[in-house]
Amino acid sequence: MRNSILYFFICSFSVFMVFESCQSEQQIKYARYYVNGKGLYEKHCQNCHNSDGTGLKSLYPPLTDTAYIRNNKNKLSCWIKYGQNSKIIISGKEYNTPMPANTQLADIEIAQIIVYIGNSFGNKLGYYDTSEANADLKNCSFKKN
Amino acid sequence: MRIFILFLLAGLSLHSCTNKKDPKLPILGNREPVQREVDGKTITDTIYQTIQPFSYLNQDSIPVTEKDFDGKIYVADFFFTSCNTICPVMHRNMLKVYEKFKGNPEVKILSHSIDIKYDLPSRLKNYATKLGLSGNQWEFVHGSTDSIYKIAARDYLVAAYADKAELQGLVHQGWFVLVDKNKRLRGAYDGTKEDQVDQMIADMQILLNEK
Repeated sequence: MRNSILYFFICSFSVFMVFESCQSEQQIKYARYYVNGKGLYEKHCQNCHNSDGTGLKSLYPPLTDTAYIRNNKNKLSCWIKYGQNSKIIISGKEYNTPMPANTQLADIEIAQIIVYIGNSFGNKLGYYDTSEANADLKNCSFKKN
Repeated sequence: MRIFILFLLAGLSLHSCTNKKDPKLPILGNREPVQREVDGKTITDTIYQTIQPFSYLNQDSIPVTEKDFDGKIYVADFFFTSCNTICPVMHRNMLKVYEKFKGNPEVKILSHSIDIKYDLPSRLKNYATKLGLSGNQWEFVHGSTDSIYKIAARDYLVAAYADKAELQGLVHQGWFVLVDKNKRLRGAYDGTKEDQVDQMIADMQILLNEK
């Protein structure tokens, strides 16, 4: 009796492990993107946008407006790589400080930053792959060379 | 044994008294001894480094001189409006200082722009407005390259200069320099570090209580 209970537990544990490892294939990728994205955010974005994404008064916009981030998901790559010079309105407040370009960033780094921003500060965008960044960057309307 | 403990306690309480009652900030910078004669006796005075006279234009295009800081303590720093490295962090922290001493007539803040070409008063005004500031307790000033770089190095002991090798073409340190009512340097704090700025706020209180 005791052995069969033990056997049952070992069995179910191994099934659980197999299932878990399958499922976490994507999760590992997400986690890797998120962690790398955090490092890149601290290096390239945090000075202006603040460690909690709240920006700085009317000088630098916040990243905490989840609706705004969600609606502009496909523009984020372009803004990060080529900067942003037009006036934007977030939560009824106007921002017009130019955002500098970061053309040295690779597509994968941009995707990682978006995974970090998109899943921090209240945002819940989920996973964003390098291939998506690659596709979005082909459609930038204000490309600078 | 009992007496020993008594002495120890007395010593400790004395020690804590002297420490708490009269905290004093050091006087920084260069100093030189000067001897002069008073009533036939030679006495030695120390002359401390002070901020020399200056004249700049502030965000309202009004001249600002050292006289506007007479009888006040102030914090000085060096920045430029388009800087996206340490300046946003410095001024995020400086805002905390401003909020703390807002409306106090004995406290001012003086931010020198080192981007002489672009940071004209109108641009400084725009910057101040975006930070949510009005009035002139926090002065943003524009001056000539020579005078700004010179006063940074000579009076405030802060490095600020143009360097073409640098991405944004300008180099400067993030120090907040605390100046007392007699225009002497009393503290220098890393404006990018929150804990140091908190220390400065505490030290400013000490300086305000100084007679």
